[in-house]
Amino acid sequence: MVERKVAWKAQNDNAVIGKRHLRIDGVEKATGDAKYSSDINTKGTLFARLVTCPHGHAKIVNLDVEAVKKIKGVKAVHLFKDVGAECRWDGELIAAVAAERPEQADDGVRALKAALKFEVLEHFVDEEDLKAGEAAGRGKDLGTNTKGDVAAAQKAAKAVSTGYYGIRTISHCCLETHGSHCEWTADDAIDVHLSTQNVSGTGGQFAGPLGLDAANVALTCNYIGGGFGSKFAADEWGLACAKLAKEAGQPVRLMLDRATELKIGGNRPSGFAKVTVCADAEGNITGWESHHWGTSGINGSTIRLNQMPYVFAFDNYKRSATGLSTNCGPQRAWRAPNHPQLCAVSQTAIDDIAAKLGMDSYDVFKKNLAKTPRGDVYAKQMEIGAKLIDWKKKAHLHGKGQKTGGVVTGLGMALHTWGGRAHAGTCTVKIHPDGTVESFSGSQDIGTGTRTVIACTLAETFGLPETAVKVNLGSNKYPRSGPSGGSTTVGGVSGPNRRAGLELLWKIFDLVAAKYNVKADSLAAKGAKILSDGKAVCTWKEAAGLIGPMPIEAQGQGPKSDGLTDQGVAGIQMAEVSVDTETGQVRMNKFVAVQDCGLIICKTQAESQVYGALIMGIAYALTEERIMDNKTGRFINADMENYKLPRIGDIGELVVEMYEPESEYTRGVIGLGEPPVIACGAAISNAVANAIGVRVPVLPMTPKRVLDALNGGAV
Amino acid sequence: MPDQSQTTNRGSGYNRRDFLKGSGAAVAATAIAAQATEEVQAQGKGKPNVVSSDATEVKLTVNGKDHVLTLEPRAVLLDVLRNDLNLTGCKDVDDRTASGADTVMIDGKAVLASSRLAIQCVGQQIHTVESLSKGADVDEVITGFVKHDAMQCGFCTPGFVMATRAFLNKNPKASLEEIRKGLGGNICRCGTYHGITKCALEIAKKGGA
Repeated sequence: MVERKVAWKAQNDNAVIGKRHLRIDGVEKATGDAKYSSDINTKGTLFARLVTCPHGHAKIVNLDVEAVKKIKGVKAVHLFKDVGAECRWDGELIAAVAAERPEQADDGVRALKAALKFEVLEHFVDEEDLKAGEAAGRGKDLGTNTKGDVAAAQKAAKAVSTGYYGIRTISHCCLETHGSHCEWTADDAIDVHLSTQNVSGTGGQFAGPLGLDAANVALTCNYIGGGFGSKFAADEWGLACAKLAKEAGQPVRLMLDRATELKIGGNRPSGFAKVTVCADAEGNITGWESHHWGTSGINGSTIRLNQMPYVFAFDNYKRSATGLSTNCGPQRAWRAPNHPQLCAVSQTAIDDIAAKLGMDSYDVFKKNLAKTPRGDVYAKQMEIGAKLIDWKKKAHLHGKGQKTGGVVTGLGMALHTWGGRAHAGTCTVKIHPDGTVESFSGSQDIGTGTRTVIACTLAETFGLPETAVKVNLGSNKYPRSGPSGGSTTVGGVSGPNRRAGLELLWKIFDLVAAKYNVKADSLAAKGAKILSDGKAVCTWKEAAGLIGPMPIEAQGQGPKSDGLTDQGVAGIQMAEVSVDTETGQVRMNKFVAVQDCGLIICKTQAESQVYGALIMGIAYALTEERIMDNKTGRFINADMENYKLPRIGDIGELVVEMYEPESEYTRGVIGLGEPPVIACGAAISNAVANAIGVRVPVLPMTPKRVLDALNGGAV
Repeated sequence: MPDQSQTTNRGSGYNRRDFLKGSGAAVAATAIAAQATEEVQAQGKGKPNVVSSDATEVKLTVNGKDHVLTLEPRAVLLDVLRNDLNLTGCKDVDDRTASGADTVMIDGKAVLASSRLAIQCVGQQIHTVESLSKGADVDEVITGFVKHDAMQCGFCTPGFVMATRAFLNKNPKASLEEIRKGLGGNICRCGTYHGITKCALEIAKKGGA
């Protein structure tokens, strides 16, 4: 008996894995057939609208629910807060009204608001003003740590560069807002359609607070309209939806309205830093000193201290941080938590020391790669990126580019890292006697293409086309899978499906061997046939027929240390921009990403992840930010008009190069979602600095901030 | 001033601005229980443009089929399509018309369903994304979106498909620059513009069909 080992095939032996595939649920999504939680519309569904706090900080002094209940069409009212309660940020939930029609729920909201009175309290919302924050008692020392001797390094250095860098808070702004559709199927049982990245984990979050057995919560999320780290919980509004449905005796759909989505649906904390960096004459960075601050909301945290400076570990450093407690909505994990901000406030400083030395930024990054965990990979990726953007030909020193009609171009780069280890998950794979293949898991597709990944994994295993595999996910009744966050899903589902698939394939091989009198270890599944030493023995269908009248099943688990998955990726990005020095407008010309993620399951979808990340990066680099009004404490651009996301014409040319030499392929699957969104801000900021010769300190680099920088003023 | 051509020449003769001005529903909670009949002079016409704030029967023609619904005049087309007719391909991003996820076609023109009252659309041909696929017969824009992986979570996708179809109908041979401008009314949060551009450009090169 030959030893059977769980592994991926050799890179060149794959028929499906690593190739380009159509997203298997692409037609459903494009035709509108795909049903999201906000599309669930069972008979009698009521529509909920929300009342929220319109102040940065206030106490409720009057509230009247009875008047609301008398409104035509209103069936139930839920109070999140009552008289005497404190609201600590704009958008905090106060009440939800469910009515037969959305416009009637609006009537209820108006009636409730008419009687709602507040005592307005003191607030603080300025995330950038450290002095004011500390004066208001809102600062919290997050510590200091040092290594080596920074003062000595600065003294001995050829060049010392001191600068201010920052990146403002952004909001998740999911297009499908957070929310659910809840329908009680019995007094003690409920069907929940929740817009969630955590199908297997959120049923229990409904059960406990509702006093239900967890087994009586059927939670479904077949499709989710945007989830970048903020949709892991039932949330108070999910529970409110269930309670409204109970009170009304009818199903209720409660989705956050757009403004509330932006205000409380989760945000990415800000970071602002004063940095002094020093280097020797060759461009080796010898010392780093920084103090940074920012806000995560009322809890008063900022970006992580012990990852500063980002990716590079210099011999001498001193770093410290202060968290500011603000009356702003709470943070939630946002695609690669901490990393984009850390990159934006530290790899910009590296670019500035290059300028100070009169060196090409590329050369200084390259020179210091020994201070990174995967220097050899970065070096190769930088070479590829430089070719794709034509760095050598286009490069000029900061501010020395040719100006044409007030417009000047510039190049910038940055690099990143991420873990991306597979999450814990299980699946059931089933082969029917007719050869049909099914997979079940309580996973979800946040856009990654989870269904296609599972289909490709099993198709490769059984020698079938990926369209032959039926993938079932999106229900908490399926085998438990992990939440989709932190780039863990592709490894989290492909590992268990490969393991279960191989177990079943080996069973079938044994049956084929016995029936056709061939050696089991000579068999392979390819082209919908079973081959023995390359010669067809029978079709896949005939082989599956040998299992008898009942299907066979296997459970797959992960992660395991069998080499199917790994963790730790690199990735570099290079941007070319044009800056209009008269208007302050920055335009993207070209944006290159070179990215590894171990073994790639579907090349098309992997590239899509990177394209999307680049566009998200362009957003927070150039236009996207939460704007708080210091006077009222309100989030004043909480709508899609003024919370500026890029449009199709704003992105320039995007070039994505997946880096998958055999040395990366053999590492197994590693997550990809987070890393490509990280380096964008620093790369684009460095390109702008290269173009105009001065640093635009704070992202996003709006025309005003660019003009302020050109005029020599602080923002 | 309201758009006169719209008020006098097309459809039901009501528009949202006239209606809101008359009923006051948008500004006062007191309008909620009002049974009053409001009267608004149609712009450029002597005939009074009268509508009750009560729910009344409204006939909408959607994807070639007539539907008679009992609706208050303030009911928004998007809500009616999604909640009353279960045509959920047009999405509610609740953005007051900035994202384009609610794009439908009215008399062949791309319109944001959240920007219209249902009663404004009486007598007009409303087409939703569902009209672009009938079984195996699928519009080339949909096929193109799938081919170029012009989607991730998929939530904005049907709206983008409708915007692309309407744009290509009007600009069958659009250039890259025209596509970048013409599809600028829709937002994708996942960042699928690269694939959408490739899809639109490929179809435009074949003449927009």
